[in-house]
Amino acid sequence: MTLKKFAVTFALGSAVLLSAGATRSTAQSHVNSPDPLLGTPSVATETSNINGITGHAEEGKHLYRRFCIGCHGPDGNGQGMNAQWIDPQPRDFTEATFKCRSTPTGTLPTDDDLYNAITRGFVTTNMPSWRPLNPQQRADLVAFIKTWSPRWAKEKSGTPLNIPPETPITIESILHGRELFQKLECWKCHGPAGNADGPSAATLTDSKGNPIKPFNFTTGDRFMCGDTNRDLYRIFMTGLDGSPMPSFADVIQPNDAWDLVHFLRTLQVALPNQELTLWQSYKAAHGKDLKPIGPDSAGGAQ
Amino acid sequence: MRMKFLAALGLTVAMGSALMVFATPPAGSGSITGKVTYTGTPMKMKPIDMSKEPSCAKQHSTPITTENVTTGPGNTLKWVVVYISAGDEGNTTPSQGVRYDQKGCEYLPHILPMEVGQQLQIFNDDQTSHNIHPLAKVNQEWNKSQPPGSPPIDTKWDKPEFISVKCNIHPWMHGYFVVLKTSHYAVTGDDGAFDIKGLPPGKYTVTAWQEQYGTKTQEVTVGAGAATANFVFTATPY
Repeated sequence: MTLKKFAVTFALGSAVLLSAGATRSTAQSHVNSPDPLLGTPSVATETSNINGITGHAEEGKHLYRRFCIGCHGPDGNGQGMNAQWIDPQPRDFTEATFKCRSTPTGTLPTDDDLYNAITRGFVTTNMPSWRPLNPQQRADLVAFIKTWSPRWAKEKSGTPLNIPPETPITIESILHGRELFQKLECWKCHGPAGNADGPSAATLTDSKGNPIKPFNFTTGDRFMCGDTNRDLYRIFMTGLDGSPMPSFADVIQPNDAWDLVHFLRTLQVALPNQELTLWQSYKAAHGKDLKPIGPDSAGGAQ
Repeated sequence: MRMKFLAALGLTVAMGSALMVFATPPAGSGSITGKVTYTGTPMKMKPIDMSKEPSCAKQHSTPITTENVTTGPGNTLKWVVVYISAGDEGNTTPSQGVRYDQKGCEYLPHILPMEVGQQLQIFNDDQTSHNIHPLAKVNQEWNKSQPPGSPPIDTKWDKPEFISVKCNIHPWMHGYFVVLKTSHYAVTGDDGAFDIKGLPPGKYTVTAWQEQYGTKTQEVTVGAGAATANFVFTATPY
């Protein structure tokens, strides 16, 4: 233990020196070969394939040791030396459970999903965008991250969700989306106005038992898994595994899902958008006829 | 195996019963019976406040309580799964599935044992949405929304595990999927008693699992009749 603690301290103190001095001299080593700074991954090697780029775990290992170890830890379990000050906690790669996926709940994400996560970072967390690393380096990191769980060697990634073309943004679409928001009880956590103050909001915990807040639509924060309408569609259809956010893929039809997307945009009052403009002019004329969202409307908005 | 299967298919009239034969564990006249009790002071179960979900609250005339340590007269423990943990290899997956209900914002049954690969159907009988969130660690965790009137979720588990199940919308809802490698298991009832039937004579390792207190194991030799095995857990008040 003391040795490991020392090792971690050493890693952060001298990461820059190390990487400058020994950039590629050990690049040929096996990913499982003893490393004073890293624990032993659970599988010997992995590759990744992102848009024709093949990532190699052996290369990713060096990048991980330099850039990721501080939070995600020498054993890949999210318990790096910075972890105690970080909320939400860094991802535990040994569980192979990931929030931002294009694949169904309970399945492994694709290499692209992990690559996009590294590239994008997570805006509402301590995870920055790693765009400064070149695509090959990010692909190498994806390959190395996969060595922390034996699942990657045994299971295939899930089949990515098929997202049909977006339907037109109309007031009918927004109104139907609003009905779904009521009927599917999104407001129980996210709150009637998207303020993250629903009746269940205060009790939520992630799968490790740590308190977690629902997304607050009204603050101007972007979504952690991407900020386009397609990303929003994907987020609620696949769910965010490891968090309380479930998958709705089995209960929402594709066109209905676009309606929900259009309504959710109207909750983002701090981010000017097309849906919000349309909605605000509609509300100015018809606001008093709308049934409020929440328990009082007895399950039937509109 | 293959020949038997083809033969069963051929007998179209008797097909239903033929499949039942496949599902039946190897015949055995032996059984293990016993009681599960505790010493010490168990934690008190708390009444559940469902006022935030009126459609569920009105289904319970008196508030239900948490169930993680459910005791009965004579220091007995309910909801303990007793199963053969060794000596019972070579079971086939049963063709009959198991059913899990969300009713009155409660999981029925609180503890649901099943076999690896066995079909599991999850129903929402309530007028409110539930999200069913098995916090699997050995198997892969998933989390699905199930609004009122949705079809049942049809699933199975690939590896043995005690899987904690929760609903994030109704945080008091809590239960377990107990995924086992054996078809020989029983869950203790209100009187803490269990009866594992249909065991061929032999030596078995028997394990009792209680969600709060973990596992207890003992060796049991089964002859033609009923063998006895009692389990005692040490209860703690917190």
